[in-house]
Amino acid sequence: MNNRKSFFLAAPFYLVFLCFFLIPLILTVIVSFWDYNEYSIIPDFIFENYAYIFNNCFDYSKDVCVTFKTYLSTFYFCFLSWLFTLLAGFTIAYFLAFHVKSLGLQITLFLICTIPFWTSNVIRMVSWIPLLGRNGLFNSFLLSTGIIDDPQEWFLYSHFSVVLAFIHLYTLFMIVPIFNSMLRIDKSIIEAAYDAGANGFQILINIIIPLCKPGIVIGSIFVITVVMGDFITIGIMGGQQLASIGKIIQVEMSYLQLPAAAANAVILLIITIFIIWIMTKFIDIRKEL
Amino acid sequence: MINKKGKSFYFCWFFFITFVIFLYGPTFTIVLLSFQGPEGGLTFPMNGFSFHWFEKLWEGGGYVDIGSAFRRSILLGIILMILTVILSVSAGMAFRKKFFGSNFLFFLTISSLIVPSIILSLGVALEFRLIDETIKFIGNKYNIDWIINDFQTTLNMFSSGLGAQLTWTLPFGLLIMFAIFNRFDKSFEEASRDLGATPWQTFKFIVLPIIAPSVVGIALFGFTLSYDELARSSQVMGATNTLPLELKGLTTTVTTPVIYALGTLTTGISFLVIFIAIGSFFIIKRKKIK
Repeated sequence: MNNRKSFFLAAPFYLVFLCFFLIPLILTVIVSFWDYNEYSIIPDFIFENYAYIFNNCFDYSKDVCVTFKTYLSTFYFCFLSWLFTLLAGFTIAYFLAFHVKSLGLQITLFLICTIPFWTSNVIRMVSWIPLLGRNGLFNSFLLSTGIIDDPQEWFLYSHFSVVLAFIHLYTLFMIVPIFNSMLRIDKSIIEAAYDAGANGFQILINIIIPLCKPGIVIGSIFVITVVMGDFITIGIMGGQQLASIGKIIQVEMSYLQLPAAAANAVILLIITIFIIWIMTKFIDIRKEL
Repeated sequence: MINKKGKSFYFCWFFFITFVIFLYGPTFTIVLLSFQGPEGGLTFPMNGFSFHWFEKLWEGGGYVDIGSAFRRSILLGIILMILTVILSVSAGMAFRKKFFGSNFLFFLTISSLIVPSIILSLGVALEFRLIDETIKFIGNKYNIDWIINDFQTTLNMFSSGLGAQLTWTLPFGLLIMFAIFNRFDKSFEEASRDLGATPWQTFKFIVLPIIAPSVVGIALFGFTLSYDELARSSQVMGATNTLPLELKGLTTTVTTPVIYALGTLTTGISFLVIFIAIGSFFIIKRKKIK
């Protein structure tokens, strides 16, 4: 198979990503400089959309502006979701890679972790309602054991339920790449360390974690980017009360303020690329597949 | 250390089991609650056991037209599955050699996986909006009747919706193909070529049977990711809605266990597809060993 044949084989795939990925992104950047009114968008080259986003943001005598507040709240969700998915994902991957000896059992347990990923995210969120609600299972359980005296309101439609849903939905994004990295670790290295007198904790810190770095970075990129742009989980689990950048974009779109939404999208994109760029400083992604 | 069944071993087992309960517990809860009696509410206790809410759902429950959203989602899922398999397998074959722009295409594919979905959805919506404007402009300029009178929008489930979902399913398909070909023994192909087989014969009789189990995996990703896709689809479906979009709307308006019945039903379909896929994966694999 020569070069040209390969190109034609990949051409339909190429076409999809040009038409539905590259061109839309370029158009988003272009339209972010356009003008608009209630019913149409007008080709132009103005910076008003950006100026509006950062309105009052650099006036330090006033309170923190809406945009910065929203980003801070999004970063907060990112950090918590990242931390907990990393801890949980690493532990699960470690268990699957080093404690499960038979290949059959390994595959079965891995599939058990993966299956929910193929089911509906909305339903997985909705299914927390009977557990976390005011009359939910957790509240009745805690009431009956006497740990709390009144039903707790903060279980559902709160920061807590949002982070919980992120962990529930996206821990798999950590498990898969970290597990993949762990499977590549040469077992003889660990045995050598063990023979040299290292204990389990030392092996974990000095061998396993450094060798899992690529998996950890890839998993982190997935979780952070998905949380950065989220508007669905924060919407449903936050009871439509919490702000996020994704939500701002979505609301602006529903009012047909497309250039404003595009400007917000461009800023979100720049920040996301910046985060990924910092993280990929640590590894070469292509080598890890 | 790892061979000994120490504290770490028991802790990890305990953690894993807790995690599995955490993963499946909530879904199990709503499956249970969807069989609530007619008097039952959104939470425990169960007020009897009935199919009341499924009947309600069947009648339409007084809400949006769930049935047609269902059919649309399944149809779109099947189309996505077929396209994802064909495009990923052919691109996967292509990527075994370097070709013009192969690095760039790889870069695009990975970027598509990690770009926030709302940005992509916005971009595709903008693209089709601009196409609409162009068509209307041309229609007005040249007085083309059907454009002036009938043309609404190019934004549609099977145009923009399909494209936006492909940017989500194809990267998974390509990564699976990469994973296969990283462990692929080329000598079979060489042998077939030496025996005079055409490239197509080599693909059909040698390569395809070897990669078949993983192709089932790609199909599984293609269908399920489309069937449940929400973020990328949210702005680009045009006048029609897919099931996940309807569901998202229902979360704020429905206050009866009908929504659990619907959840049970969609999850049931997902599970059915998953088990068919996993089942055929192992059947094909076993045949190969024989």
